[in-house]
Amino acid sequence: MEAEVKTPEQAIGTWKRVCLLADIPVLGSRVVRSSSGDIAIFRNADNEVFALHDKCPHKAGPLSQGIVHGKTVTCPLHSWKIQLEDGVAQLPDIGCTRSFSVKVENEVVFLNV
Amino acid sequence: MRKLKLVMVGNGMAGCRTLEELLKLAPDLYEITVFGSEPHPNYNRILLSPVLAGEMTIQDIILNDLDWYAENNITLHTGKTITRIDRRARKVVAADGTTAEYDRLLLATGSNPFMLPVPGKDLPGVISYRDIKDTDEMIDAARTHKHAVVIGGGLLGLEAANGLKLRGMDVSVVHVMPWLMERQLDRVAAGMLQKSLEKKGLKFLLERQTAELVAGESGRVAAIKFKDGETIPADLVVMAVGIRPNTGLAESCGLHCNRGVVVNDTMQTFDPRIYAVGECASHRGIAYGLVAPLFEQAKVAANHLAMYGIGRYQGSVTSTKLKVTGIDLFSAGDFMGGSDVDEIILQDPAGGVYKKLVLKDNRLVGAVMYGDTVDGSWYFQLLKDKQDIQDIRDHLMFGKSNLGDTGHKGANNAASLPDTAEVCGCNGVCKGTIVKAITEKGLFSLEDVRKHTKASSSCGSCTGLVEQILASCVGGAYQPADSNSKAVCGCTDLSHGEVRKTIREQKLLSVATAMHFMAWKTPNGCATCRPAINYYCISTWPHEAEDDPQSRFINERAHANIQKDGTFSVVPRMWGGLTTPDELRRIADVADKYKIPTVKVTGGQRIDLLGVKKADLPGVWQDLGIPSGHAYGKSIRTVKTCVGAEHCRFGTQLSMSMGVKLEKMLFGMWSPHKVKLAVSGCPRNCAESGIKDVGVIGVDSGYEIYVAGNGGIKTEVAEFLCKVKTDEEVMEMSGAFLQLYREEGYYLERTVHYVQRVGLEHVKKLVVEDEANRKALYERLLYALQGYKDPWAERAEAEKASTVKREFEIIEV
Repeated sequence: MEAEVKTPEQAIGTWKRVCLLADIPVLGSRVVRSSSGDIAIFRNADNEVFALHDKCPHKAGPLSQGIVHGKTVTCPLHSWKIQLEDGVAQLPDIGCTRSFSVKVENEVVFLNV
Repeated sequence: MRKLKLVMVGNGMAGCRTLEELLKLAPDLYEITVFGSEPHPNYNRILLSPVLAGEMTIQDIILNDLDWYAENNITLHTGKTITRIDRRARKVVAADGTTAEYDRLLLATGSNPFMLPVPGKDLPGVISYRDIKDTDEMIDAARTHKHAVVIGGGLLGLEAANGLKLRGMDVSVVHVMPWLMERQLDRVAAGMLQKSLEKKGLKFLLERQTAELVAGESGRVAAIKFKDGETIPADLVVMAVGIRPNTGLAESCGLHCNRGVVVNDTMQTFDPRIYAVGECASHRGIAYGLVAPLFEQAKVAANHLAMYGIGRYQGSVTSTKLKVTGIDLFSAGDFMGGSDVDEIILQDPAGGVYKKLVLKDNRLVGAVMYGDTVDGSWYFQLLKDKQDIQDIRDHLMFGKSNLGDTGHKGANNAASLPDTAEVCGCNGVCKGTIVKAITEKGLFSLEDVRKHTKASSSCGSCTGLVEQILASCVGGAYQPADSNSKAVCGCTDLSHGEVRKTIREQKLLSVATAMHFMAWKTPNGCATCRPAINYYCISTWPHEAEDDPQSRFINERAHANIQKDGTFSVVPRMWGGLTTPDELRRIADVADKYKIPTVKVTGGQRIDLLGVKKADLPGVWQDLGIPSGHAYGKSIRTVKTCVGAEHCRFGTQLSMSMGVKLEKMLFGMWSPHKVKLAVSGCPRNCAESGIKDVGVIGVDSGYEIYVAGNGGIKTEVAEFLCKVKTDEEVMEMSGAFLQLYREEGYYLERTVHYVQRVGLEHVKKLVVEDEANRKALYERLLYALQGYKDPWAERAEAEKASTVKREFEIIEV
């Protein structure tokens, strides 16, 4: 697995071990409870991992429960499509949810919180 | 790598739509150059009439502003007319000497207005009605001159006449035929139209032939002279007698033309490097002059330019709507009738309403409506779908009355609504917002409106209203999609029917292989198509196909209903609405133990525990020890029963036990949409069998079975299927019907819509009349349901399994 750091300038923060890559289903997600609130970590079909605040910018729906496709998750409440890389809602909807740095090293997922 | 060069000649609606579609598919394939004769970017030509009428401005009707061309790296040459195509050197040359080389050439040269070859046709003050320049000239003329004559009583001529009248001119319409809009209207409707236009102050001269346009002292046109010798004053003459495909350029380079540049089903001309779309193209002998077919062509041309090679244009059925404020008029198909067709006519001259439906072999082939066009879209849909209307023939004329059921105060006429009226009650969208989005963003389809405004995107009950608003904003440009060929979603061009057929014929056993085989455009689909494919796979190939949890909506994945705050609701099964003191005690204990905030009795005769945390679900299930109620699934929900002959003094049949038997038989049945049943013990029908997917009503001599009812968004009364004697027959008949629905219904199509689509006769034939087929259907259902395990028990048992843990456990850091 290739190591991957989303925003290197943040990499100085604290990397916390979250789980094994295998603990996240392909095209699925897990919820991580942190001091910054619930964070949804997603794994797509290419085994890329992403982390977003588990709240849709629309009506705070839990994005972790949505359907993952490509680099997007569809919110389970009203079907807003949120980009996994930056948390931005796809047009014509407008909004953004916070994203977090996440990396995979030796099949272990680390989250920067 | 060198990009291919694409040159487009003609900067109008069809061409630009093709570019938009192309950029969606292959944004980086081409270096694009566009030549347009007009000095404007692409604008919505259909809306020139509202501009002339003073209801909109030029700025309002621009579809692609200059920024759009820049953002997409398109080189735009406005005001330059291409005069020569050098096919050997593969370049085009403009009148001013500008040249551009191409690898692919797209001709979208549109059409030219036809000018009557009469003396004086070139005089100042004699114009056509085609573009912004003509419109400006008319607006100017209206300021300085008095008498306008419009030659041509067709759609365009009448819109021009109306606009000029509103601008204060004295307007006469000259028409050579005995009645107006003869290609769209029959004589009666045209008469009513003429009357109401006369009330607006227009004058009509029918069956008159123009002999000459006479110049005045200034050299400008001053009068029009007819063949019968009469002369009337005319300071402005607008010719709107028809259009001719603009093929001069194509012909000059030797491309085969025949009333249009001849194209095949891929919009390719006889030179494989050259494509043609829009009014200049002749497809299967037809050059379309309305915008909707052009958009379909654009999609196909873009698909081939993007080298996908799978689109095919097969011609269009068109409809017409006049854009004159205050006049509602709609026509589609072959409305003139004849000896081999039936006509249903409703005529109320005083009320200003006229409707004519033309039927042939139990199919709608044409419709003309004047005054009340509410159901225009619905009729057009029936016409395009070639749907058998035998079952609804007796009330066909009275419309779908699907408008205004719930959520918008019963309103059913969009035109009369104020801008502040709430059209979509689910998403709180007002009429003004929808109109604004349509005009500002240049929307043409229901899907676009849904995407941009959310109107009618939730429950869909206001779809009819939204369609009306769309139709009144864009006129004939609005074409409801053909429901049988509509693509599943943006990830594919295939329809539900085609996807399902392919899965069956190719024996595709998983979502991934199905997408791969059908060349899905996106890597793993989207939230719309994945659940549909998953359903088609598992329903077509039970026990063989792989059920993909990640392609199911969260409710079916978590076996509970997600609520607005992210908690879940849990509904344990109560067979036939029956429970026991022991079950009730356990439910109470669970509610206490997990601090469940709300306990509610549902409409389906069970108990709903609301506000359960996801992580608690496996524990709740284990402690309940009752099977899942599947209140969350596109699946069998409940069988509602009345007390029946077990206790009731009126009961004729044992409805509770019949209900329990049905519910146990259907346990675990996944279906295109939710399925609800009811069994009543007598015709008093306390279980409300008349509004269920399958409703059973006990009578003294047996049971009556009703199907395709619905108590939701739109109350639909179930239709009588058949009468049977025994419990076993009820199970076989209901099971066979539901299996047919499972095999033929499109994903998210309720039984009521399925039966409306295929017709009750079709269902009766396969389920009631054909005994062998019924038994086969029933067997296939039982086979599919064989060995189904309660998902709650399974999960509670396997709580320690990592996959279950993964779904429900929260990670702490």
